[in-house]
Amino acid sequence: MNWFITHSPALLILLPLLAAFLMPIIDKINKKARNIFAILIFIIVEILVIILAFDIIKNGMHVYAIGEKNPLQTIPGQAAVPIRIVLQIDAMGIFMGIISATVCLAASLYSLAYIEEGKGKGKFYTLLLLILVGMLGMEFTGDIFNLFVFYEILSIASAALIAYSRKGEASEGAFKFLVISSISALFILFSIALFYGQYDLLNIAALAKNMKYTHLDKIALALLVSAFAMKCGSVPMHFWCPDAYSVAPSSITATLVAGSQASLYALFRVCFTLYGVKLDLQLIGGALIIFGLLSMFVGVTMAIPQKDIKRLMAYHAISQTGYMLLGVGAGLYLLGKPEFDSYGIRAMEGGIFHIINHAMYKGLLFLTAGAIFYRLKTRNLNEMGGLAHRMKYTSIFFIIGALAIAGVPPFNGFASKLIIYESVYKISPILSIIAMLVSILTLASFVKVFHSAFMGPKIHDVEEVPKSMLIGMGVLTFVIIFFGLFPGFIVNNLVHPAATALAEQAKYLQAIGG
Amino acid sequence: MIYNIPFFTVIALIAIGMYAVIFKRNLVKIAIGISIIESGVNLFLITLGYREGGIAPIFTNLPPEITPSDIPEKMVMPVPQALTLTSIVIGVAVLALILAFIMRIYKEYGTLDAREVRRLRE
Repeated sequence: MNWFITHSPALLILLPLLAAFLMPIIDKINKKARNIFAILIFIIVEILVIILAFDIIKNGMHVYAIGEKNPLQTIPGQAAVPIRIVLQIDAMGIFMGIISATVCLAASLYSLAYIEEGKGKGKFYTLLLLILVGMLGMEFTGDIFNLFVFYEILSIASAALIAYSRKGEASEGAFKFLVISSISALFILFSIALFYGQYDLLNIAALAKNMKYTHLDKIALALLVSAFAMKCGSVPMHFWCPDAYSVAPSSITATLVAGSQASLYALFRVCFTLYGVKLDLQLIGGALIIFGLLSMFVGVTMAIPQKDIKRLMAYHAISQTGYMLLGVGAGLYLLGKPEFDSYGIRAMEGGIFHIINHAMYKGLLFLTAGAIFYRLKTRNLNEMGGLAHRMKYTSIFFIIGALAIAGVPPFNGFASKLIIYESVYKISPILSIIAMLVSILTLASFVKVFHSAFMGPKIHDVEEVPKSMLIGMGVLTFVIIFFGLFPGFIVNNLVHPAATALAEQAKYLQAIGG
Repeated sequence: MIYNIPFFTVIALIAIGMYAVIFKRNLVKIAIGISIIESGVNLFLITLGYREGGIAPIFTNLPPEITPSDIPEKMVMPVPQALTLTSIVIGVAVLALILAFIMRIYKEYGTLDAREVRRLRE
């Protein structure tokens, strides 16, 4: 067991990676075996992540030097700095890991029926596993170049899956996505070069220790923040989001949401850990808050007139990303001040709690949109209607998702939004007022969707979707209700350690030593 | 001054690439732009890694005039070169995928003009 826990950081990345490249071979042998194998791998990864999460919450951070005889020794014998690639997982990293693994598990279950046989389903699972590898790698790594590599794995696998349907429109969305991702990846690589040129280091903790905050570091910061903000879909770099989200298969859209959040995590990691208190905190924190407010407001106002159900949800995804930026940006704004301990940390908890809530309910909503598309073959809201007569479970899942995103108790969106309202109110009441207004507009928009898709006379004679799709949606619904009923338990045991891990830069740096 | 020429080239390459990505309407030209930015970044990494008179860290293949006492000063850590190789490999994959998307778009839309490839916005 001990050996197992020690090596689990590497296993978590290795296992899906190996499985991804075994998948085409198993696909050639037997189709059923491939499905079972894929689901099995996702379940094993989920269990491993949860075991590791228990250990990290209990015993603190995990470090793992890849290729070292004793993987806990991050600095080899004669060297003064970490030379090997180090995986460093703190409470925040494993928190994001749980999100990625859960969303991928739900997406893989859903895809069993949603993706038709004979259209390259084996390759679909290969790419889905690679997305999981990319996300977990980004969240677990302690090496900035490794972050870039996993970022690219995530982008390439996601782009290929966005274009999965091989229609022209899908290629259009995927093209935009890939252009944005590769340019932002080049920004990241350029800033890595700036760091390496100055400090001869690639390890995040070692870089943070030596950080002098020179002009070059400021340029690198601007490049990193804009690259990750571009990829997480915050306004003003949001335009790829609705295009890519609407054309991708629904299960992939749900994982794309989790992928954007991996970029959001990288943004927070750069701000809090790599630069930390050396930053001009008021400026950068203020910038994140303004990005957040803009995303919230622009996202929701653009969502209201949409007719395409998935485009509408994609604009809501932008708007919800704003809440996370607002909460964590408020934490960064107050970092190092006495107020931080009273309400700054609460704001961060709200923002971080919202990340997991958003991944769950937005994933669920995209999956229900996919269920509608599966039966009706249209995404246009005007062509839907009366679906609640036949698709009972899908409509229940949709109601739960819609109420959760609008922040109605007792669902999970309410818990995290309430923490954000309470804490940012103390910085400026205007922030809370805008956040609440956006919440109300979100509710209005989803009432419209519910009415036009599910209510009314029975127009379409359709059946309920297959069981595996319902199970996929059920997994996420269970998490939403559980988090909504016991928010205190989750905040104390999962979110609070994550927020403190992000805020306490010194602990992250100590773990490397040297 | 002469040592700064590679850095000016880097800036020029990135600026040209950015110009192509932002202002060009043809999708293939956008792909070319990305590729040019990537060359600029790779050149930047390689330039940072260059040390005058340095030797590759291969002990079995040392030049005869090098004595063991010179090794710590002369041997160069090959990290930037390794980063560049990784980045080139990734760049090839991205370029292949972008070109594949452009092919699909051309087959369905019959055009490569970015102003006309906008069915999603309607």
